[in-house]
Amino acid sequence: MNEIPGDLKFRPSHEWVRIEQDGTVTVGISDHAQDLLGDIVFVELPDIGAQMNAEDEVAIVESVKAASDVYSPVSGEIIEVNELLLDNPETINESPYSDGWFYKIQPDNLDEINELLSPQEYGEVCEE
Amino acid sequence: MNKTTLFAEHEKLGAKMVDFGGWSMPINYGSQINEHKIVRSDVGIFDVSHMSIFDLDGSEQEKFLKYLLPNDVSKIKNSGRALYSPLLNKDGGVLDDLIVYNLGTHYRIISNCATRAQNHDWFVKQCEGYDVNIRFMSNLSIIAIQGPQSLNLLKKIGINDLHNMSDFDVKNQNLTMIAKTGYTGEEGFEVVVENANVESFWNRLLEAGASPIGLGARDTLRLEAGLNLYGTDMDKKNNPYESNLAWTIDLNDENRDFIGKSALLAINIDTSKELKGIILRDKGILRSHQVIDHKAGSGEILSGTYSPSFGFSIAFARLDKGHEGEGKVNIRNTEFKVEIVSPPFMRKGKMLI
Repeated sequence: MNEIPGDLKFRPSHEWVRIEQDGTVTVGISDHAQDLLGDIVFVELPDIGAQMNAEDEVAIVESVKAASDVYSPVSGEIIEVNELLLDNPETINESPYSDGWFYKIQPDNLDEINELLSPQEYGEVCEE
Repeated sequence: MNKTTLFAEHEKLGAKMVDFGGWSMPINYGSQINEHKIVRSDVGIFDVSHMSIFDLDGSEQEKFLKYLLPNDVSKIKNSGRALYSPLLNKDGGVLDDLIVYNLGTHYRIISNCATRAQNHDWFVKQCEGYDVNIRFMSNLSIIAIQGPQSLNLLKKIGINDLHNMSDFDVKNQNLTMIAKTGYTGEEGFEVVVENANVESFWNRLLEAGASPIGLGARDTLRLEAGLNLYGTDMDKKNNPYESNLAWTIDLNDENRDFIGKSALLAINIDTSKELKGIILRDKGILRSHQVIDHKAGSGEILSGTYSPSFGFSIAFARLDKGHEGEGKVNIRNTEFKVEIVSPPFMRKGKMLI
């Protein structure tokens, strides 16, 4: 069983979000996702300033095994990306919920986040 | 789902098990990339007991194998030698690839896992009229020991008489077969033992310091070594000439007929496609089915992945003939320059590109 921190919300496609104190939202992929992918070797991140709709393809993560799309859990403007991942993509494997975050977004509507899965609900998705 | 005798050992070691042609096999024991690097720099051990072992008996084994295979078993007339060959149908299409061993007492074939039933039926059908029997050996397991320290590892567990072996030499004693073969491009051995003994053999190797290696790393290792994967890099729609296997077609003995010979003789080698190596030094990963364009035409990626040894992506592609040098690949609407080379990319610790 992979770790699922309690302060996060999830998409069923394995992205997590965390609402920061300043109202911005940090996005990454779950421990379960990195485990399914295996060693991650390449990441394509969105451009800062890009406007995303919820459900948009926002990033690509490639492991030794396969390429996978990452979908934006919320609508808004990309305000920061984790450039560390470009040269050290293995950080996602090592620290998916912390150093391995993908990007920060200024959300248009925080209500979208309420529609995401709780850690417990996401845990059930992973069990399936 | 089929399981090898070592299934419980893999679970104990924390392996991630995946469905591999109907077999539950370890894909990695943590990190595929680390496992890959261990085999290039030290030594690793693989459970490859999902592969198929067929033993022959009867008085006409050699005669039958000379007909069955395009590579000529006359090359291993002396016992203690092994030979790689594709297995062809009458149209010259590749049904599988395999290694045939002359064990002195008899010949043995080891072929792939997914083709087991096909090969068994094919061997039985083709040996009609020969004094040959084919037996599938479900009582045997295979452990591959691969890496520059493989000889030292085997010495540590008391197997001392292997230093004089050349590649494709084989010894068979007390129901244990040790062949100097492998699927990684490194020094190494493949050992066939009885299922009853495989657990203790595996654990002796681990206790002597070997790392278990999953089939994920086996795939990146063999790609770097320029070795084809049956089903991905070639199948029955491909002939050996377009699969980088021209060297396995032995036409020296004009009097020898073998399955697929007449079809192969009708192929114009100058215009057939060829299997080449592709290198992408930019950030991006080559994957199966991506299209490669070059001056002489185009083609499709077969096996493609990230190469842990090089730190960039490499692949095989089947291309229209006549090009080495530069080509292009389109990945998610971005065009990248690639280099087109002759495989292998790496052998025995040496980078060849």
